[in-house]
Amino acid sequence: MTEEVNIIDKVTNQDYQYGFSTDIEMDTAPKGLSEDTVRFISAKKKEPQWMLDWRLKAYHHWLKMEEPTWQNFSYPKINYQDIIFYAAPKVKKTLNSLDEVDPELLKTFDKLGISLLEQKRLTGVAVDAVFDSVSIATTFKAQLKEKGVIFCAISEAVHEHPELVKKYLGSVVPHTDNYFAALNAAVFSDGSFVYIPKGVRCPMELSTYFRINAENTGQFERTMIIADEGSYVSYLEGCTAPMRDENQLHAAVVELVSETNAEIKYSTVQNWYPGDKEGKGGIYNFVTKRGICEGANSKISWTQVETGSAITWKYPSCILKGENSTGEFFSVAVTNNYQQADTGTKMIHIGKNSKSRIVSKGISAGKSHNSYRGLVRVNKKASGSRNHTQCDSMLIGDRSGAHTFPYIEINNKTAQVEHEASTSKIGEDQLFYCKQRGIGMEEAISLIVNGFCKEVLNQLPMEFAVEAQKLLAVSLEGSVG
Amino acid sequence: MLSIKNLQAEIEGKKILNGINLEVKPGEVHAIMGPNGAGKSTLSSVLAGREDYTVTGGEVIFNGKNLLDLSPEDRAREGVFLAFQYPVEIPGVSTTNFLKTAINEKRKYHGLEPMEATDFLKMMRAKMEFVEMDKSLTSRSLNEGFSGGEKKRNEIFQMAMLEPKLGILDETDSGLDIDALRLVSNGVNKLRNKENAFIVITHYQRLLDYIVPDFVHVLYKGRIVKSGDKELAKELEVKGYDWIKQEVEAAQ
Repeated sequence: MTEEVNIIDKVTNQDYQYGFSTDIEMDTAPKGLSEDTVRFISAKKKEPQWMLDWRLKAYHHWLKMEEPTWQNFSYPKINYQDIIFYAAPKVKKTLNSLDEVDPELLKTFDKLGISLLEQKRLTGVAVDAVFDSVSIATTFKAQLKEKGVIFCAISEAVHEHPELVKKYLGSVVPHTDNYFAALNAAVFSDGSFVYIPKGVRCPMELSTYFRINAENTGQFERTMIIADEGSYVSYLEGCTAPMRDENQLHAAVVELVSETNAEIKYSTVQNWYPGDKEGKGGIYNFVTKRGICEGANSKISWTQVETGSAITWKYPSCILKGENSTGEFFSVAVTNNYQQADTGTKMIHIGKNSKSRIVSKGISAGKSHNSYRGLVRVNKKASGSRNHTQCDSMLIGDRSGAHTFPYIEINNKTAQVEHEASTSKIGEDQLFYCKQRGIGMEEAISLIVNGFCKEVLNQLPMEFAVEAQKLLAVSLEGSVG
Repeated sequence: MLSIKNLQAEIEGKKILNGINLEVKPGEVHAIMGPNGAGKSTLSSVLAGREDYTVTGGEVIFNGKNLLDLSPEDRAREGVFLAFQYPVEIPGVSTTNFLKTAINEKRKYHGLEPMEATDFLKMMRAKMEFVEMDKSLTSRSLNEGFSGGEKKRNEIFQMAMLEPKLGILDETDSGLDIDALRLVSNGVNKLRNKENAFIVITHYQRLLDYIVPDFVHVLYKGRIVKSGDKELAKELEVKGYDWIKQEVEAAQ
């Protein structure tokens, strides 16, 4: 036992690998939130009037809303007047190519393992790099353009493709949806925009890497992915932040639209700074992610590996409007030390014969709490729809908690809904068995946890599955006690 | 190879081993028999380093090293293998992946590079054939949903892969039908050579018909009270343990 305790100490003292910060000249908005802040952001982005109007409408709606309190975690009240809502690296001139990106920024992303120089990139993955409030570079744009695929910063899309942005912005997550979605709509700064034209299979993985750098800053990105009829795209987001004593707010919105016969595969590897071993600092990750399967036979698949953040609060959801449409949610959420997670999904069945599948794996270690919260709703007209939910929790040590809140609302008699749940503990017996074969403690936990999450990890694109496995091992090293 | 001197151990304050003495040389097979509660499984657990037990006295020297000073994983890496009475299930981890990890951890300990994937697979195939292990078992989750016989065969297969110097079989025969018993025993017999040794812990003589021991020891109340050759096992089969118990009581 003492050996195990020692390992806990060792690991909780271990540094978060991505905790460095970049020293770069920044262009920031004054602290706090007002109508002027919204106007400031919009002006910085040289936005057209319709965009500013949209933001202001959201801002005034937000003022009337209250911060929700139903979640299964607690945090000190956020002072919105103490946050900087816009921070961007100073750009000296307009960029014509990647070679002109500030070398300091390129170095930052290199350090994170994300090379923005195309020749150095993994083949088959295009990257949009978002640093604090702005997108600094998008790779492989030219190759994608040949196929008609649009992959750019959303602020760019507002100028270049206003018809698409106007049509879809807020169509899945309206500004009235919830407190943080309203906030995001008012102050969102950047994020990725993806459009896959009819019948096109996107020739490479698309990926956005989010980096929070500046102090006292919130990151409010907005991502939109539209897969037109018969198209396919696989998209991955990754994220990290420096280690800071204060809590930083990250309130993002993601909207997906999958038209007839189209498929969107959306994967997340979330590794925001989780705070230190005493629970100080870390990112508040309050995110609204939702997709709509608009047309018949359309599909949306969410895969998430959540290892970071002090608090994770998100429910990537699917509105299954099209007949025979499919929604999937595969999730691994790991919490250690004082981390808290309240995450899950919503599957709203509207179309006939729509199908959904939920596989959630929660792992809690240290003094952390991990909740699964999920809703499966079958509307009146959704005859023949089916859902299967599998919800497994694993506890490591005896000071952590696992909670499950499944909600099921069925309004159609022909629906078939199944829910399976299990809770297990990494047993002394399993660990001893591994050790007796020469496998050390750290390696044993990693092996057992990866086995537990296998079904979900298998969903990740190859390039990232290995990454995610390593991340799991790092997040949990020495967490048995 | 293995020298146990006056080994004493307890669990939760209860003394189980009261001074075990045992010498095992390369090439030997030692059977340890005894009635329920004699301390047979405790002995295997203590040798493997299970943390529930506290060693209160004595020493165990394994190839010149003080075994009791080593962590369970280092004992394994030094060449001690325990075939579990109740092998543990690890969902989502294939036997292949598990063994690859185990072998590479052992190699790292001995300063060797990880094994090439192709060499590993070749070795898997050879050893599977060697112990007549069903190929499909290695791609399934470790022991998950395995029958009792499959679990025990998997233990022997792992032993074949890890090539220990000392193999400890903890009641490997329990819960096996006669066919499974024969398969498991054949596997062990094929693995026997001049360099390695086995300690076979069993309640019944039946296993020793297949794995013929060089020495038989009777464990009673945490001590080895009688030693002999394979004939002793047969005598126990006929007469039971009562006469030994009486002998021990009389001597006291």
